Parts: sequence; structure tokens; C-alpha cells
Amino acid sequence: MYEFNYHRPTSLEDVSEILAANDEAKILAGGMTLLPTMKMRLAQPSDLVDLSAIDGLSDINDTGDAIEIGAMVRHADVAGSDIVQKAIPALAELANSIGDAQVRNRGTLGGSIANSDPASDYPAAVLGLDAVIKTNKREIAADDYFKGLFETALEANELVVSVKFPKPKKAAYAKFPNPASRYAVVGVMVAETDSGLRVAVTGAGACAYRATEIEAALGKSFSTDALAGISMDAADLNDDLHASSEYRAHLIGVMAGRAVSTLGG
Amino acid sequence: MTENGIGAAVRRKEDHRFITGKGQYVDDINRPNQLYAVILRSPLAHGKIKSLVTDAAKAAPGVVAVFTGADMAAAGVGGLPCGWGITSSDGSPMAEPGHPPLAVDVVHHVGDQVAVVLAETKAAARDAVELIEVDYDDLPAVASLDAAGAEGAPLVWDDAPGNICFDWEIGDAAATDAAFAKAAQVVSIDIVNNRLIANAMEPRAAIGDYDSGKDEYTLFTTSQNPHVIRMLMGAFVLGIPEHKLRVVSPDVGGGFGSKIFHYAEEAIVTWASKQVDRPVKWTADRSESFISDAHGRDHVSHAELALSEDGEFLGLRVDTRANLGAYLSTFGPAVPTILYATLLAGTYKTPAIHARVRGMFTHTVPVDAYRGAGRPEASYLLERLVDRAAKVTGIDPIELRRRNFIKPDEFPYQTPVALEYDIGDYDAAVDKALELADYDNFAQRREESASRGKLRGVGIATYIEACGIAPSNVAGALGARAGLYEAGTVRVNPTGSVSVFTGSHSHGQGHETTFAQLVTEALGVDFDNVSIVHGDTAKVPFGMGTYGSRSAAVGGVALMNALEKIRTKSRKIAAHLLEASAEDIEFKDGKLTVVGTDRSVAFGDVAMAAYVPHNYPLDTLEPGLEETAFYDPKNFTFPAGCHICEVEIDPDTGVVDVVSFTAADDFGRIINPMIVEGQVHGGVTQGIGQALYEQCVYDDSGQLLSGSMMDYCLPRADNVPNFAVTTNVTPCTHNVLGVKGCGEAGAIAAPPAVINAVVNALAEYEIDDMPMPATPERVWQAIQSATN
Repeated sequence: MYEFNYHRPTSLEDVSEILAANDEAKILAGGMTLLPTMKMRLAQPSDLVDLSAIDGLSDINDTGDAIEIGAMVRHADVAGSDIVQKAIPALAELANSIGDAQVRNRGTLGGSIANSDPASDYPAAVLGLDAVIKTNKREIAADDYFKGLFETALEANELVVSVKFPKPKKAAYAKFPNPASRYAVVGVMVAETDSGLRVAVTGAGACAYRATEIEAALGKSFSTDALAGISMDAADLNDDLHASSEYRAHLIGVMAGRAVSTLGG
Repeated sequence: MTENGIGAAVRRKEDHRFITGKGQYVDDINRPNQLYAVILRSPLAHGKIKSLVTDAAKAAPGVVAVFTGADMAAAGVGGLPCGWGITSSDGSPMAEPGHPPLAVDVVHHVGDQVAVVLAETKAAARDAVELIEVDYDDLPAVASLDAAGAEGAPLVWDDAPGNICFDWEIGDAAATDAAFAKAAQVVSIDIVNNRLIANAMEPRAAIGDYDSGKDEYTLFTTSQNPHVIRMLMGAFVLGIPEHKLRVVSPDVGGGFGSKIFHYAEEAIVTWASKQVDRPVKWTADRSESFISDAHGRDHVSHAELALSEDGEFLGLRVDTRANLGAYLSTFGPAVPTILYATLLAGTYKTPAIHARVRGMFTHTVPVDAYRGAGRPEASYLLERLVDRAAKVTGIDPIELRRRNFIKPDEFPYQTPVALEYDIGDYDAAVDKALELADYDNFAQRREESASRGKLRGVGIATYIEACGIAPSNVAGALGARAGLYEAGTVRVNPTGSVSVFTGSHSHGQGHETTFAQLVTEALGVDFDNVSIVHGDTAKVPFGMGTYGSRSAAVGGVALMNALEKIRTKSRKIAAHLLEASAEDIEFKDGKLTVVGTDRSVAFGDVAMAAYVPHNYPLDTLEPGLEETAFYDPKNFTFPAGCHICEVEIDPDTGVVDVVSFTAADDFGRIINPMIVEGQVHGGVTQGIGQALYEQCVYDDSGQLLSGSMMDYCLPRADNVPNFAVTTNVTPCTHNVLGVKGCGEAGAIAAPPAVINAVVNALAEYEIDDMPMPATPERVWQAIQSATN
């Protein structure tokens, strides 16, 4: 690591102040992406602003029609939460599939979606469940949030405060993990939400996206058979050491099918 | 069985410190006033250093010195030596390029050492390394065997045309050709043994500590063989005589072969320590290990098996190209030749064998021994070829093997590839494996898997390996530049406790336990009263270290021989004390007893008498009770066995799951069954890793793409099932313990067992081959190609 100044403020106002005063500063949530990057000397923030001492970012609340999860809630806590398991079990299972036990004890929801790694799991849930991202400045709908490779709608010095997941009628997440990193080679969330059927894919493209052809097919018939004729276009899909774009295209169909199967389709 | 003696599953003495965080690894050691070394490594696979400017680095805060290859060369530092010379078939010696610890003029692989910064803190050294200005001429590189052998390929070394280090052969080409001429059928295979990165849990580290008062050096290093390092570094690189160089390998967190070799960093820290007259400490990070620890395997072969009408193996011919990397590592040339081709008979009676091996240079990290070292490559080739032969001939794969096994009454058996096997019973291993694997009911399990939409396959592999390396004269004749004996000293202390000094080194093998069991068995001394000292050239007389599953078979036997000398002397002392004749004294229950009487003396009293010789035969016997033995083995040992693997494949994704794994191994006499089982578990897991998960990937320009755990997939506990492990014992005929060694077997037999199972599972698609690692995409693509 390179040298840096460490801050552990207790209010969001203080966070904003530090960020405004230091343009090479970075926010530290769980550190599961940032710290390894710093240790490999691929990132050189002048300041780290640790959010862990700020009240009000670590709650899980059932607001009646939604589950609101604070940005600093650890994956292990989402996975183990009675509230989440009862209302959106697919979300608890997704959280439980992230990384490994050590990563889950530290990694956070806010950190994950602010970073928006193309292979991370949470974006599929945020997009698939039609969540609303609350920041320290505004609210952003999931459909407006994921923009591109490591690119979100967040502006400079804007941070995620919580994510509100509307309770779906039903939802399931199927993931094909990278055997080495256990990130999602392809992860598909299928959800029947108040705003309709949503199918969100992570791991396959530059960022999480909705597979509209699959949504259309499942809209006509919610069954694995309905997926039979669909072949995803491999053209814009990720291609790397672990999976070609052709294989990913295939896996999207398989994972979507598994999610549908779990939901009785 | 003696309590805590040979055969007992005693819990390991070393585990207490390992699992309570009290182990002392090289990085735990801190020398007063030490400096930290960070190495600048080449980012290019092949480049000419046009300029190398260290001024800014030298002026950086906390920096005490910066050294380059030019500095070391000017000081007369020698190159890292190769410990095994291979002669080509035409009689010419192998190409042996220089191997300076810090590159001079040209870098030859990503990771090649370019300069070293010494600073007061590691952070200061890291920062300063980035201030070194190197201007490289980027030169074309070759990373793969195919690229290196292509017409007009860029050369790694000017005096290795065609990038060929050696073109070697073994066996009888004429006899083999004759066998093929009369064959009823010929089966061939093109096969790749995939390149692996060892990834021991502990990265390498080294501390050079020069004492200017005594003009003596100490090197702390993560080595499997400190005496070998002392010899190689002292004699060939730094010109330090043995009596002034101490090498200490304390607790070492796994080696698997990757910590055998004399590495540049060992020489760099030792030499640098003298230049600045302060200790110098270097510890690799994991990313650095990926590009500086020797890699393993990386063979491409074409092989053909000639068979008679009845499936009798008549002849085998093999043509292998082996990637040696950019430089010759300490034993690099021996692995794909002596340690590989001599095992091509396998467990079979094939009468005519010929193998040609070309060792080739590429712009990659040097390749050397990795768990199995040559034997996994041989077994994989053979067992895949035999399975293919079974398919072609229509003979059941187990029956085909049995028809060709060397039978128990045919030992000692001289193979056509130099080795003479002492003893074995391969049918018994197969019988045991089949039973333990419940092989007869496989069809049922396949149906059950099918009901869940999964393809189930079963694969079998038999193997043999040559361990207990090695008889020195044989090794010398084959090109080894060192002897391969082992040494052990048994020091009985005055109050009867025992200290053993062994040349074997334990970096996971549990010698502190198993060797203590040998002492308890031989002398009746309480297991807790024995300590095994290893890993320090100042304490242990000599040793060639631990690799090649040689510790029990060579180190353990050296210890037995020293123990026998102790027993002989003890009997003489006891005879004096009991006024009897030494021939009438026997060891029994920790006492020395006059046979047929109850007159005895405790071993502790014998020890005391030796050191306080008041009632003692001083006229005929020296006081003291300490003996040393050097043991040069008469032959290699030949563990062998049969492994059976069952896999389930998900045809939708291509994912292969190992759902059961059975191992029936003949390791000769077993000292500690719990430790042996642990070795099998670990070896099998590494073998499964090679078969399904691990692949070292270079791109065409020599950049390492699989440069971290994110991309290089090591097997985890959830990737393997519980293992069913059993042994059949045919004791080694030529060592007093009857032991053969067990450390590498799992890594040797598992890959072919797994791949044979995968091919079996995919039989309905008529897929008759699957490369390693059989990743989900590869399996899925194979199914797609077969169905389209």
C-alpha cells in the first residue's frame, strides 16, 4: 500500500466535508475490493474515509411493503437476517453466496453497488427486485442506476445510504460461480414484482442489465419451456480466461431456467 | 505394536505450535538492525535492458543500498547452478545458459529479477523500487512449446538453437519398432500435462545475515533442503566455504517441490548482507510467488501403444516436449527425463519402450519438480492411453490392465527403461480399490445420477512411482551432480532422552512425529522423550533434504542404521552392567534384559553409565552414546496402487463434481497411518486440482494471465468428497524398514483417475478425450461439438 490518511467520521456531513477537501479521497465500506486493490498498489487514495462509525447505515427494516437495508450492512447480516429471510429469501441466499465467510463478514451492500463490479451479485438483486437506491442526495430507481463498466449514476461525493427492496411476489437467484474467485460468471435474478416480471443478469455484461427477451418469454408463459427457443446474443458479453462470451450466453439461459424452476415454473 | 512405535497413529508433535500460531517461519524471524529487501522484477517476457538508473531509488527516504546485476557480476558472484546434467542422444551436453541472480543485460521472463532495494522498512523499499528507471527494448517472446519450436521462433538463448536445451532418449528404438511392426493394433494419443503453479501456503522468504566479526554468514530460508542450498550457494555462487556458511530452514509452510531449488533471492540477501554489513530480509508476496517460484509440469506428448490380438502390450513409444522455462532451475532437466521416462513401463510388462524427450526453453518462469515430479506426467500419459486402448480393443479397462500387470512372482522386475522394481502386487491393489469403491454397483449409481439429470462416470488409474531418491552411483551415472544419500545422528542424552539430527526436512510431512516413532520402537524410549532436530546445517551433519518421497526410505533408514549402532553399543554397556555377554542382551519394554531371565537395566541407566562411566568397560568402549549413519539407498523404492474416481457431470453447464474417490496404495510398511492418510488426502486433492481446476496461463507475449488466486483456481475443501483410503502392503525388499514413501502418490494417480471418469461419463457423446483442466466450459464445448 501507499501511505494514506485515515478518517473515521461519525456523521455524513463530516464525510462530505472530508471528500470535498480531498479530491483523491476514497470511501471505505467493507474494503473487500478497495483494500486488495490498494495492497497491490493499483489504487493510491490520499485519504480513506471509513463509514463504519456512522449511525443509521447498518439497519435492516421492514417498512411494510419493502425491506430497507442500510448501506453498511454486511453480507453475512443480510444472509442471516430473519426479516430478509422471511420477506425476500432469494436476497438472503444471494448474500450468502457472495465470496466466502470472511468476505461476507466485512463486505457491504452499499460498497458492492457503489463499485458495481460486473461480476458482483447484488446488482442482479437491486435491478431484479426494482429497488430504490437512497443516497445522501436523492433517490435513484434501479433502472436508472447501472450505467456501464464500474459506472453508476452516483455523482462525485455522492454515497449510498440505503437500498429499499420492494417485497416481490416471488423471486429466485441462480448463480454460476467462477471456480477460482467465486464471483458470478453469470448470475440471474428472476422476480415477479409489483411493477411486473423482471429478469436481471449480472456477470455477463459490463454491468447488471435486464434480459428483456427472457422477460417477454416468461411473461407469456412462466416456465422453463418458454426459455427453450431463446438464445442470448454473445456479442456484447464478457469474454475472459474463465468463460467465453458464447458460454456465458448459454449460461444465462441455464441460470434463468434454474431460477424459474425454483419458482415452480 | 509398541505404544507410539511403528504403525501407531500418533498425533503429531508439531501440530501444537502450528495450530496455535506459535510456529516459527522465516518471516517470523527478525534479526537486529535488519534491512528489508524488495526486488524489482521484469514486466516483460523478453527484453534488453538499455539503461538502468538507480539514483532516484538510492536517494529515496530510508534506502540504504540498491544493487543490480552489474554490481553482482562485478563482484564476481556466480550464476545459480543446475544440479543435474542431461546429455542429448547425439552425445552433446545440454545447453546450459548462465543464470545470474540479478539479470545482466537481458531479462528472460516476466518476474525475472532486475535489481534489489535495501531499506529500513519494507514500505520504503517498495516505494523506492518504483523509482528505479529501466528502459527496456521489448523483444519478441515465446511462451508455449509450440511457439518455441516453430520455424524462425525468437530464441531464448543464442546457444540453444530451436530453443532446444537437450534432445534425449531412453529405451530401445529398434526393439520398439520391431514390436510395432508385429502389432495387431496400435493406439495413439496426443496429450498435454498442464502447467501448474505450486502455491504452498507460505510464500518464499529469505534472510541473509552476515557477521563481520567472525566473517561468517547465516541464511534463513524457506527451503526443503538447507544443506543443498549451503553447498550450491557456497560453492558455486558466492564462494563461501561450508564452515563459514550456516543455512537454517525453520518451520516451512509447505513446499511440494517448489522450495527445493536454490533461488536467486537466497544469494541476493546473503551477498547483500555482506555489502551493507546488516541483515537483509526478503519475503515474497503471493503475486510475486506466481512469477518467481518454479512452476510444474508443462509437457506435450505424442504416444503410441502397440498391442497384440489379446490386448498384450508389445511396445510403447513416446515423444515428449517439456517446457523448462527461461532458465535451468536446480533440477529442471531431470524432471522430464530421468524422473519421467523411466516410469513409462508403469505397472505393466511392456517389453519394448522408447521415449524421446526434448527439453525446451521459453520466456516463462523456470519449471522444475512439483509433487510427483515426472511421475504424474508418466502415469497420466500411460493411463489415458491404456483406457483408450481398452475402448479400441473392446477389452474391459480393468481386465486389460490386469492382463499386462507385472505379477508378484515376476519380481524383481527389470523394466526396459532402466529401473528395476523390487516388489509389488498390483492385482491386490485393484481388488482392494474395487471393493472399497463398491465398483460392482456403479451402474446403479449411474442410473440414480441420471434421474437427477447428471452424467455419472467412473475412472480407474493404476500407477507406480520411483521414490526414495536415490542410489548415488546410479543417479550420478544419470547426470546428477550430487550424491543422494541421507544422514542421521542419534544422540542419547545422559538422562536417557534422545535427540535425533536428521538431514530430512519437514515442511508438512510430520517427521518430528514419525521419526520419533522409529526411536521409540528401537530403543523403547518414551515418545515424549524424543526430539527430532532438522533444518539447520549447524546442528545436522549433512542431508540432501526432503522431496521425491525420500524421507522415510532414505532419511528414516539412515536413522534406523544410527539407531542400530546405538542398540549395539547399549547392549555392550548393559552387558557390562549385568555381567553378561552382549549377544545375550535384548531390548524389551524400554529395558535391556538378559534373554531368558528377569535381570535387566533401564535404558536410562545405560545412558547415564555412558556419560558417567564409573562402572564401565573403558578399556574396550568409549564413553558417550551418540552414533551417526550415512545411508545410500541400494535402489529406488516403488510405491504403487490403484485409484478409482466417480464424477457427476451437469450437461447443461459442463460442471464436473468428484462425488467419490477411492485410493488403494502400497507404500510398503506404514509408520503412522494417520499421517499417511493425510498425505493421500492432500495428494489426491492436488491431483483433482490439476485435473479439474488449475491452469497456469500465459498469453502469446509471455504475460502471465493467471497471476493471482482470482484466476488460478486451487481446489478447496468443498471441491472434493470424503476420500476412501486403504493400503496393501508389500514391504520394500531393500531397506531395513520396508518403507516405500507416500507423499506424492495422490498427485500422481488422481489426475488420470479423474479424467478417465470424465471421459467415461461422456461416453454417450463419444467424446474420447478431455484435456486438463476439464473446466466446465471445456466439457460443455465438447458436448456441443459432439451433438452438432
